Parts: sequence; structure tokens; C-alpha cells
Amino acid sequence: MTGITLTVNGSRAEADVEPRQLLVYFLREQLGLKGTNVGCDTSSCGACTVLLDGESVKSCTVFAVQADGSEVTTIEGLALDGELHPVQQAFHEQHGLQCGYCTPGFVMATVSLLNENPDPSEEEIRHGLEGNLCRCTGYHNIVRAVQAAARAGS
Amino acid sequence: MIPAAFEYVRAGSVEDAVELLGRDEDAKLLAGGHSLIPLLRLRFVRPPLLVDIGRLDDLRYVREKGDRIAIGALSRHAELVRDPLLAQACPMLAQAASGVGDPQVRHRGTIGGSVAHADPASDLGTILLALDADLVARGPSGERVLPAADCFTGPFATSLEQREMLIEIRVPRVDQGTYLKYVRSARDWATVGVAAARVDGRVHVGLANMGATPLRARAVEQAVADGASPADAAAHASDGTDPPSDVSASGEYRAHLAQVLVRRALEQL
Amino acid sequence: MSILGNRVLRKEDPRFLRGEASYVENLPLEGALTVTFVRSLLAHARIVSIDTTAVTALPNVQVLTGADVDAGPTGPPPIPVLEQRMTRPLVAKDVVRFVGDIVAVVLSPDRATGADAAELVSVEYDALPVVVDPQEAAKDEVLLFPEIGTNVAGRAGSPEHDEQLFEGCDVVVSETLVSQRMAACPLEVRSAAAELGSDGRVTVWLSTQVPHRDQLGISGTLGTDPGQLRVIAPDVGGGFGAKSAFNAEEALIVWLARHLGTPVRWTETRSESMIALPHGRGQRLELTLGGTQDGTVLAYRIDILQDAGAYPGLGAFLPNLTGLLASGVYAIPRIEVDGLSVVTNTTPMTTFRGAGRPEASQAIERMLDLFAAEIDMDPVEVRRKNFIPKDAFPYKTASGATYDSADYEGALALALRSAGYDELRAEQRRRREEGGTRQLGIGLSSYTEITNPLGETEFGEVEITPDGGAIVHTGSFSHGQGHETTFAMIASERLGLPVERITVVKGDTDDVAKGTGTFGSKSTQIGGMAARGAADTVVERAKELVADYLEASAADVVLDAALGRFHVVGTPEPALSWSELAGRAAADERLAELKAEHEFGAPPTFPFGVHVAVVEVDVETGQVELQRLVAVDDAGTLINPLIAEGQVHGGVAIGVAQALYEDFVYDDDGTPLTSTFVGYAFPSAADLPSWEAIEMETPTPANELGVKGIGESGTIGATPAVHSAVLDALVPYGVRHVDLPCNGENVWRALQEAKA
Repeated sequence: MTGITLTVNGSRAEADVEPRQLLVYFLREQLGLKGTNVGCDTSSCGACTVLLDGESVKSCTVFAVQADGSEVTTIEGLALDGELHPVQQAFHEQHGLQCGYCTPGFVMATVSLLNENPDPSEEEIRHGLEGNLCRCTGYHNIVRAVQAAARAGS
Repeated sequence: MIPAAFEYVRAGSVEDAVELLGRDEDAKLLAGGHSLIPLLRLRFVRPPLLVDIGRLDDLRYVREKGDRIAIGALSRHAELVRDPLLAQACPMLAQAASGVGDPQVRHRGTIGGSVAHADPASDLGTILLALDADLVARGPSGERVLPAADCFTGPFATSLEQREMLIEIRVPRVDQGTYLKYVRSARDWATVGVAAARVDGRVHVGLANMGATPLRARAVEQAVADGASPADAAAHASDGTDPPSDVSASGEYRAHLAQVLVRRALEQL
Repeated sequence: MSILGNRVLRKEDPRFLRGEASYVENLPLEGALTVTFVRSLLAHARIVSIDTTAVTALPNVQVLTGADVDAGPTGPPPIPVLEQRMTRPLVAKDVVRFVGDIVAVVLSPDRATGADAAELVSVEYDALPVVVDPQEAAKDEVLLFPEIGTNVAGRAGSPEHDEQLFEGCDVVVSETLVSQRMAACPLEVRSAAAELGSDGRVTVWLSTQVPHRDQLGISGTLGTDPGQLRVIAPDVGGGFGAKSAFNAEEALIVWLARHLGTPVRWTETRSESMIALPHGRGQRLELTLGGTQDGTVLAYRIDILQDAGAYPGLGAFLPNLTGLLASGVYAIPRIEVDGLSVVTNTTPMTTFRGAGRPEASQAIERMLDLFAAEIDMDPVEVRRKNFIPKDAFPYKTASGATYDSADYEGALALALRSAGYDELRAEQRRRREEGGTRQLGIGLSSYTEITNPLGETEFGEVEITPDGGAIVHTGSFSHGQGHETTFAMIASERLGLPVERITVVKGDTDDVAKGTGTFGSKSTQIGGMAARGAADTVVERAKELVADYLEASAADVVLDAALGRFHVVGTPEPALSWSELAGRAAADERLAELKAEHEFGAPPTFPFGVHVAVVEVDVETGQVELQRLVAVDDAGTLINPLIAEGQVHGGVAIGVAQALYEDFVYDDDGTPLTSTFVGYAFPSAADLPSWEAIEMETPTPANELGVKGIGESGTIGATPAVHSAVLDALVPYGVRHVDLPCNGENVWRALQEAKA
């Protein structure tokens, strides 16, 4: 077991973890943050996307031990004082979710995308979300949500 | 899936990493993890010890080194995409880095990790081979410069010693170069990739996923040197190659794609 | 001003957006053991021995094999045309029949230990010959069930062929089409958790589309009383038809909870799901169509060979649905259907978004295009010539379906106009003249499909709460389709209560008395109508209560739905709002009077539409880029156009995925080659354009709302439109056929063959 300390959604978290424990399972099981989902085992689907030191990463492809000393933001850490983050609000208004399973991953990927490119074209959005898969929406409204969030200046 | 158990240790320096690798002959380096961790999760590999070099931040840089550009081996793909020096000095590499994986992968994956992983379909590995890059490795007996041509020995195999670590990649300045790849879908690995560049006046061509390693299309290069047109030179695209047949494509189709992409790449030079 | 027809944002969104959803894997279950299945790596083999000594040596780990599981088997649905004897042991005892068949069950304190332990189970096999190709399987040489003596698992139509079928036809065209095997790929894989209560009942949480059917079916498999099983489907992350029937795993989870007395839970890995969650499509269609030179189609023969996978389930029944919809939107006087389902050493086949109807549409649309080419007529004109006319409904087709309502010509005109069809043809001509590498293809499909295909009856219940809100209990089960909003809207319109005051409850067999779940695009038309009927009954009961309170006759009481208040007709005051009425009723212990059930059943309905696809084909590499997909999908009245549109978008994406990207492939040894998201080409946003979904509403007489089902329409229309577009692009090159997925190598090979 290895001791790690990291900041998750602004709060300090200390734990002993097996080196092989993936960050996504650490978040879900040790910290009880069940919002981040596991959707595949080949780092393809992005359902597990969180922010690690401000950048989107697939938390199924990071060991918790690698995140020692880092800051992690999960979907639970986005809303401020209970108010939905502009990206969350945009997904709601554009009907950018159906079953919701891929949604936290898409929202976090979008936050990161807009941080790096605040005014993306549709093509940049589609390529910028290549790391996230959705079976329900056909992506159309997800793209609209990202565009709406960009307009809202998030 | 869950990886098999392993010991973990974090290296504080390159020397540290080299020393830690010596603890077990099957120990492996963990950088960005985006080549290794998927293999671990499917239990295709089970190293007993991982040496984490992910925090060796002084190996993340792009700078001039004589007439070459030196890239720290732990530079992440996303950093290469936005590096101003690379954009000016060797834009094809920055362009190819922007197509590796997806944004999340690019936030973590490193160029050194890509090279060491030695996927025959690797975009970056193919470009480095095409550009005759130099790979700088440090091991227990010190530092050495490994030409890219001598690096890739087989599928997912390099001539790096078990206790060697890549620390720097050196590429020439290239203002005329392009990397084209055919993919079944946007997030897929290259079905076939072609790197073409003018280096010191001579045209170099590299092929991804046309054999057990990234390959140089020497016959194409010779044809171009002899004055052949792009189409005529491209007819030699699959000379000396052994393109795999798999779920993505047959060897025959790969050979065809190579010809088309080589011609298109040469036309851009 | 009715709320129906408005784009109401979804009530259910907040928990999903905040990461507070209750997928099964998220639910706490104290003391639960983790189940890990050990699965066969061989496609067909005898189990010689299973050595578990290395596992049993581990502390806190147990392992069970087929010999330890005295429950089951599962079998095909009890439909007469299916071979009922082809059953599946919950854990394989003697034989494994596909890569993924369960051979042992490991129980461990956690997932990592389970994965480690599962690897230590050592199975000795005697390999048997493998049959993967349904055509080979149909020869009955390599048998999966030797004691049955055949691989035939199901039949549709009739093997009798009328030699005179094509009499009077000037022209007869034939084609073989393969509608390739696909994996459903819901983003949430299957997950199950079960616990034995002190009252002797097992509660099982399932990622399913059909909680009540699971309750009955799993109990049947285990030989227990359904009353002893409570099924709770919490939030479910997609199903697409693949979760519309339970499999061995879910039955085992329930059995284990009862047998062990400890709670158990299981979540499959994605690579496990790719081989163990049943697949979709997998039909080979031999098609012959004949007609006259003036473009009239006279006769059509459709011969279906269905790959049922190793153990027949719903998938073996698909040819019956394909045959039923064989006629498509055309008035074809003579149709022959002959369907055979055969078992193969592959993952079992099930329903997958469209379930037999995409195949029907792919077939008839391809044949119309071939026929048009043969008689040198515009494919648009040929379609027009053969459409069932708007005034002919209800219309019984020669393949046995009675269509309720449609306007195929209207859909076609709307689609062509929206696509700018003439401009597209002009652009195509221009590019052909230029002879460049990137050529344009324009394809269309005109389709219909059957929703609520089994003509089912759904349950609804409405009750008023003490504070004057309402709860709708529905037997439908939304797993992304937005019933919490749509059904609230339907109830809102009847009750005169705002949507915010109406909660929709679903998924728990203890909370909802009965239900048929959600599949077959049936839920709004039967579940929504059941909720509507229950709401109407509650309004009637409310009027009686109001009559008592206002000392009037119930016949004189009216509901002002706009304000949500009851009063005597002609006298706006005194009035009672719902909250006032509920408050008084509660105080008088009469609140239970404001509760009513309703069951609503209706025959199937037939949405329809026209899709126009525009592709750009790189004729050197064969790469296809879909540039536009214009979709007119008419499913009758739109209750919530926002949600309906979302269904079209998602449906179209899967239809396009079949046309251009996905193919689940095995090698000759039955080893799956595409069992991860790396090998299986599930498209991302970067592979698809934005959709152009156009609204059209032709109500159905089947229910008062006039609503049909829209969930699968997008899929059914899109695949043939895209296929048609690719073939259209390749006409100048002499290409007549491209296999699906019609992209890349398949296009290149077709071009090569045409040159030869």
C-alpha cells in the first residue's frame, strides 16, 4: 500500500491505496464520488473523464498513486453553491443528455476544451470530443451544448 | 478490467529511475501511462514493478540544440501541439501530435513513452524514423545517442536496454513535411500512416503500420532522388514492407493506401 | 394552451448532470460479495475438467461450477416458432458453445481479488469443431445441440416457393445483402446486485429495460414464486434492446443471493460485455424483386438467414419482424417470406434498436434502387409510383401488417425539399464532369416500421399527494427516453397541474403493480396513454369529491385545467384547487379516492419517413464521409418535440454506424476480433455530422393522442439512405454492390471488382 494525498473538489483527501488502484475507482470507492463512471477498459469512451491539475484526463488510465499531490475536479465539484456550472446548464438546455451515463465525462471534457479553446468551431468541438463516446444522443445536442456554453462565455 | 498487482515507486530523477529499474529485470517505466496502462488493464503485461517518471518535469521542453530541435522525452503530446518553437521549426511533428489519441490522451501521453512503446502504427515513431531523429537514452553505463533507424526492432520492441530511459529526442528543422494517415474512424490508430519530409534537400518517407515496426520507404526515396514523379515514386510504396492483415484492413488494402498516401504526401512537398 | 407539443426541458436532468444518478454500480450494498464470471475462451468445446484448487486456496474466495448450480436453464421466449429445447445452462456443465459462455463463478470480497482469482481457475477442454458462418450452420454438419439434430432455432414465413411469383414481371432483379452483426454498446454495461431479505424475498437491482418481465422470467428460470422476487431498476445507462431480456448472469445473481444468503453484486467489464451481452442484426438476405417496365413493383421474395448465436433468444425471432415489414411503404401485391434462424458458436443474438425492421428496410430500399437502375428510372419516381397512397389506410400489406396511417408522398416531398435535392444532383453532375477524387453520392430511403410490435397493454396509475401534487406510476421504464418529463406532461394536460408538481415513478416492482418495460418504441403510446387514462379517472373521482364539498352534483363540476381548479359549471367561485382539495381529502381520510389505475392497450402503429443522405467518397481510398443526413420522421403527434428529436438523433447515429463503421467480427475459430472499443468502430462525434431532423405529424387512430413510437425510426431510415448514397456515388465506376459497412476497404474492393 502507498500513502497518497491529493485535493479533490477543493478538499484534501488522504488515503492508502494499492498501486494498481485506478484513479476512477479511488474516487468512486474510497471517496464515495460516484458521479464519474467507468464505461470501457481500453481508454476509449471517456465516461471517466475528470480534471487533473486542470486538464481533462481519463481517470481509468491514471493510477491513484500517480495523482498524489495533484488537484482533481470531478463532476461533483463543478456546481458552485448548488448552482449548475454553465456547461452543466448548457447540457440541460440543449437536451445534451439522455441516459446520462456518458454525461459527466462529456461535461468535464467540455470544461477542459473550452478552457483551452473558448470559441471553437463545430469541427473543433467534434474533434475535441473524440475521446468521449455516447450511444444515446448521436452527439448533435452535445455539440449544441458546447456551443451554447461557449457563447455563455464559460 | 483490473491490472495484476505490482510494486510502485516514484523516481525523483533520471539517475534514480535507472537505479530503480535495476531492482527487477521485468520492471517498467510509467510516464503518461497511456500506452502501458491499457495493456495492464487487459493483463497483456504484468510487470512486477513500475517506476513512475511522470513527475520529472525537467524532461519537458522543446529547445534548440545546434541545428536540431531537442525535445524532452517527457513532453506531453498536448505540449508539443502548442509549442511555438516546434510549430516553426518542425511543424509536421506538432501536427502529428495533434492527431495522437484524443485530448485526454494528449494531456498525459508523452513522446518518449510513444517511442519506447514502439507500436508499428505509431504516428510519432514513424515521423522520428523518417526524419532520422536521434534518441538520447541514459542507462547504468551512461548516456548514448541512438539513431531512430536503430531503435525499433519489432512490434512493441526497441533496442533500448531494460534499464535505459529515453531522455531526449532530437529532430532536424523541417519546413517541408507532412504526415497523412488513413483511419477507419477519427479515434482509431493509423490504418496506414505516411510521413514525408525534405531533410537536408533529400526526401524522406516513413510508413506507419506497414510492417512489424515503423518503416522507411527507401525505394520511394530512391525513386524520388532519381527524379521520379510522385505517382511513379509512390508505386514503390510497399516495396520491402509486410503490411499486416487484421480487423482494420487487409495487407492488400494497406499496400494500396500506402501508395495513395505516399503519392499525396509527395505532391505536398 | 396545452403543454403537449412543447419543447419542455427534462425534469430528470439534474441528477445526471450533477453526478448523482443511481446506476446499479453506484448503489451501496453492505457486505456484498463481488461476482466474477469465468468464461470460455473457446467457441465450442467439451469441458473435461475444472480445477479450482488454486482459487479455493485463497482466503475469502469461493468458486462454483456448473455442478454446484442447481437452477436454470434459461431458454428462448415461449414462441412456437422457436426451438424451445435449445436451452442454456446458467453455468455450462458439459459443453461451451461460444467464447464467453460461463464456466465458473468466483465470489470475492472485491473486484481486484475476483479478477485475480478468476485467472486461477483452470479449465481443461476438448475442442469441438466450430461453426461461425450461418450458411455453414444451416448445413447441419457441425451441430451445437447434437441431441436435437439440427441447428435450426426458428422459422419465419414459409419455405414453400411459388414458382409463378414473378409472372408478369418484365424485369426481375436479385441481390444478396448482409445486415452485419453489431454490438449494442450501451455506455453502462450490465450491472446487478441482489440481497436476500429477512422475509425470504430477494431484492435484485438490475440494469434492465424490463423490470417486471425480469421478475417473472427470472422467477420462472429459478422455479420460484415471482412474489418472492422484487426487481428494482434504478437509473439505467442505455439499453437499445440488448437489455430487454435477462440472461444467465442476472438469474445467477438472484440465485446466488438466495443460495448463499449473502448479498452479491456484479458489473461486467466492457470487453466482457462485448461478448456476453447479446448482439444485434446478423441477417443474410437473399432478395428478388420483379416489376414492369413502367416502374410498378409486382412481386418480392425475401429469404432470411438469421444468425441466432449460440443460444436462441429474441434474436431468433427477428426474421418474423423482418418478414412482417417486408413490404416497406410500397403496395406490392405479391410477397413471399422465408426465414430461418440458426445457431452458431457466437454470442447469442437479441433485439437491437429496430430489431428486424432495419433489415427489412435495408432490403426493400436496396431492391427498389436496383429495380430503378434496371429499368433506367429515377429512384424517386419509382418510389412515388409504388407508394401506398395516403387515403388507403388502414392498409393491409401482402406481408401481413396492417398499417394505421401515413403520408409517404408528403414525407418524400418534405425531405427532398429540405435536402435541396435538385441542387445536390447539380453538384454531383459538376463533380462528375470534373472527374476529381472526391465524388458526391445522394441516397434516400423511404421507410416505415412497426412500433408497439406486440400490441401490448401498459399499466399506469395516478395518485394525488396530500399537498396536491401528483405521482404517476408507470409500467414503462425509461432508460434515457425522458418519461419523467413526457409522462408528466401528459398527466399535466389532463390534471391541470404543472409539470413541476408531477413525479413519475417507475422501475420498482413493489411500487408499480405491473409493467411491460420499454422497448419496441411503445412507451408513450401505451404507457403515456395509460397514465393519461389514470389521470382522467382521477379527475372524475376528484369531481365527485368536489361535488361533496361544494354540495353540487358531480355532473356539474368542471376542472379548469388552465388554473388547476375545480368549480361548478358557470360559477367560477367557489373553487377548489388541487392542493385545497387534497388537503381537505387528506384531513377527511379520503385522499385514497384520488388514486386510479388504468391499463391501455392498442394495436401496433407504423411511423414512417424519408431520409436523404449525402456522402463524399474518396474514390482512391474508398473512404466515405457522411456530409448530411436529412431525416423526416413521422411518428404522429409530438408530445415533447425536444425529446422526440433527441431520439431521432440517437437513432440516426446508430443507423449511420451500421452503414459506415461498425461490424462485430469473429475468426473461423469463433474468436471475437472486435471485443473492445479499440477494434469495434463505435463512432465518435468526429465521425458524424450534425443531423437535420424535420418534423412531420400524421396522427394515428390507435390512441387519442395520435402518437406512435419514434425511438427506432432514425435507425431504420438512416442505414439504407447512407448505403444508397455510397452506391450512388459509385455508379459511374460500374459498382453495383458494396458490403456494409460501406466504407474504406469494402468500397475499394467494390471499385476494384468493377474495374476487372
